Amino acid sequence: MPALLKVENLRIELNTRDGISPVIDNLSLELYPGETLSFVGESGCGKSMTALAIMGLLPDKVGRVAGGRILFNGENLATASNERLNEIRGNDISMIFQEPMTSLNPVYSIGEQIAEVLRRHQALSNKAAWSKAIELLDAVRIPDPQSRVSDYPHQMSGGQRQRVMIAIALACEPKILIADEPTTALDVTVQAQIFDLMRDLGRQSGSAIILITHDMGAVAEMAEHMIVMYAGRKAESGPVQKVIESPRHPYTQGLINCVPHLLAELTEERPQLAEIDGIVPSLKDFGRDECLFASRCEFADTLCRSQRPPGFDFGDDQIAACWRAGEIH
Amino acid sequence: MAILRATATRVVYAVILLLAVLVLNFTMMHMAPGDVADTIAQSMGGADAEIMEQIRKDYGLDQPFPVQLGTYIGKVVHFDLGYSFFYNQPVVKLILERLPATLLLVISAQLIAIILGVVLGVISARNPNGLASHFVTGLALFGYAAPVFWTGILFLILFSLKLGWFPTSGMRDVTTTGGWFAEALDIAHHAVLPVFTLCSIYLALYSRTCRSSMLEVLGSDYVRTAKAKGLSASQVVYKHALKNAVSPVITLAGLQLSAVISGAVLVETVFSWPGLGTLAFQSIIARDTPTILGILFFSALVVIVGNLLTDLALRIVDPRVRSKQ
Ligand SMILES: Nc1ncnc2c1ncn2[C@@H]1O[C@H](COP(=O)(O)OP(=O)(O)OP(=O)(O)O)[C@@H](O)[C@H]1O
Ligand SMILES: [Mg+2]
Repeated sequence: MPALLKVENLRIELNTRDGISPVIDNLSLELYPGETLSFVGESGCGKSMTALAIMGLLPDKVGRVAGGRILFNGENLATASNERLNEIRGNDISMIFQEPMTSLNPVYSIGEQIAEVLRRHQALSNKAAWSKAIELLDAVRIPDPQSRVSDYPHQMSGGQRQRVMIAIALACEPKILIADEPTTALDVTVQAQIFDLMRDLGRQSGSAIILITHDMGAVAEMAEHMIVMYAGRKAESGPVQKVIESPRHPYTQGLINCVPHLLAELTEERPQLAEIDGIVPSLKDFGRDECLFASRCEFADTLCRSQRPPGFDFGDDQIAACWRAGEIH
Repeated sequence: MAILRATATRVVYAVILLLAVLVLNFTMMHMAPGDVADTIAQSMGGADAEIMEQIRKDYGLDQPFPVQLGTYIGKVVHFDLGYSFFYNQPVVKLILERLPATLLLVISAQLIAIILGVVLGVISARNPNGLASHFVTGLALFGYAAPVFWTGILFLILFSLKLGWFPTSGMRDVTTTGGWFAEALDIAHHAVLPVFTLCSIYLALYSRTCRSSMLEVLGSDYVRTAKAKGLSASQVVYKHALKNAVSPVITLAGLQLSAVISGAVLVETVFSWPGLGTLAFQSIIARDTPTILGILFFSALVVIVGNLLTDLALRIVDPRVRSKQ
């Protein structure tokens, strides 16, 4: 089966006050139909930038794809015209954003905001689109959809708004759904419901999902493959089970050690919760020829500080970009 | 239903406000030196103390202040604003004759300023370094710096005297014949300069406001959502962004309405436009108290009605305002 989405050596540059920095450097990935791929990494690692690049929505005049290809069914989205991208966005590839409170337009009813995308891509009539909107609200488990459909965003809670966003994103049964931290802004009980919803509906429509999250629990539950990002580079990637059970990159190990319940499952007794000391380097240092994690890594040696590590293959698709990954695990 | 109830509340507030305006106006005019008797005496070519006394008695000016105020409000409620001895006409008739001219000026100036302001604001927000953007900045500088009567005189010299494109004064040409259409055209021709003069100050204000609110909205999350749906650029801008960006402009226009009316007084005077402004100017000089009070009352009425309309417009544009009541 050919890959639905194939990103090859993607490089995204941001034009900031400090000059041009590679916010994403040499990222490759493959996504197969119906599969769920998860992106994890700390804040500022470039997860959202990757998602926006796939959508062709990098911030105007600030960000641009500087190298590599984004192949969707063989078509390079990085060089596609805006008209072509508009046919794909919301139809073949759609996206749910990090901020449910502000992602819906306050001056249009939610029914209109759902119906709009159906009219745009499926050429439905006003009436047909409206009744489909009601069906979709029902599908995302909003009670009493018949009357809620003409509500405005300010009349809904954060969780409900995110459900509406999911309804919009799945309206045209996209081939790929990108969910950028869909639950970060929501409280814990709602988080689980939103993940359930995405999994169920994603399965129904056969959409492949790119799930960006901080939640290792959600990754373990939802995704088949995962990519750990660090400072715009791929630190480790592979099948979720394998990466979580035997992480090779010290950064991945650190991330997993941060999660209490995952460890509790794996080791019965609860060891002390670890956290990774230090912070992600600033954007202007992203381009340096070294392991960007070295300053925070207890295993770092001179090699790590003088040369960027290539990806080392550990079998079963597990790849870790760490000079010492072979010795430590 | 909700909208009816909200409007009713507004109307009640408006009536209270109007009453307050009446009391305030009357008190102020009462405290100012000179009264109707002086005006009448003046128009008679002078009168002795006895006759003055008689006049004051006839018009109830010898009554204590609260009684005079009560009588005045009672009359106003019955739409009687008194009699102008300077013009020898009932004030209501005088004002109703002049009101359409002022409304024409004020409403067209406001509408043109809002529409043009929004258009300029949107264009310059979409391209912040483009020509339109610089034009808006320049216009704003001019609009803030230039007094409206000066702009009026400038327009007058350039477009009437030098170029001869428009008439210098008045509202209609008495020699015009050919039915209502020719007449309307003639009025429009006369209105161009005064309207654009009045427009010039507010245009700058509105276009800058629209530009900055549009810039903010274009960077918002819901505009990104609209793009992520695959909508065309014009749908993103005109459907999703604009409806959010106009609210501050509408609010501002409502707030500026009273300033527009006082601006109209100056513009009407410069262009001899036969509206309430010239009337106000003349009656202040002639100390024609009933007329001044009447004009103040009508200006307050126009501002209050304008604010009601502003509220209504905001409710139509923004559902959050609608559900606040
Ligand atoms: N519009 C922008 N202009 C300049 N820099 C930006 C812009 N948007 C993001 N960045 C920078 O790009 C880097 C990566 O941002 P990105 O949003 O992709 O991070 P992220 O991994 O999604 O983080 P989070 O988990 O907080 O969402 C950050 O350093 C951020 O400061
Ligand atoms: Mg992000």
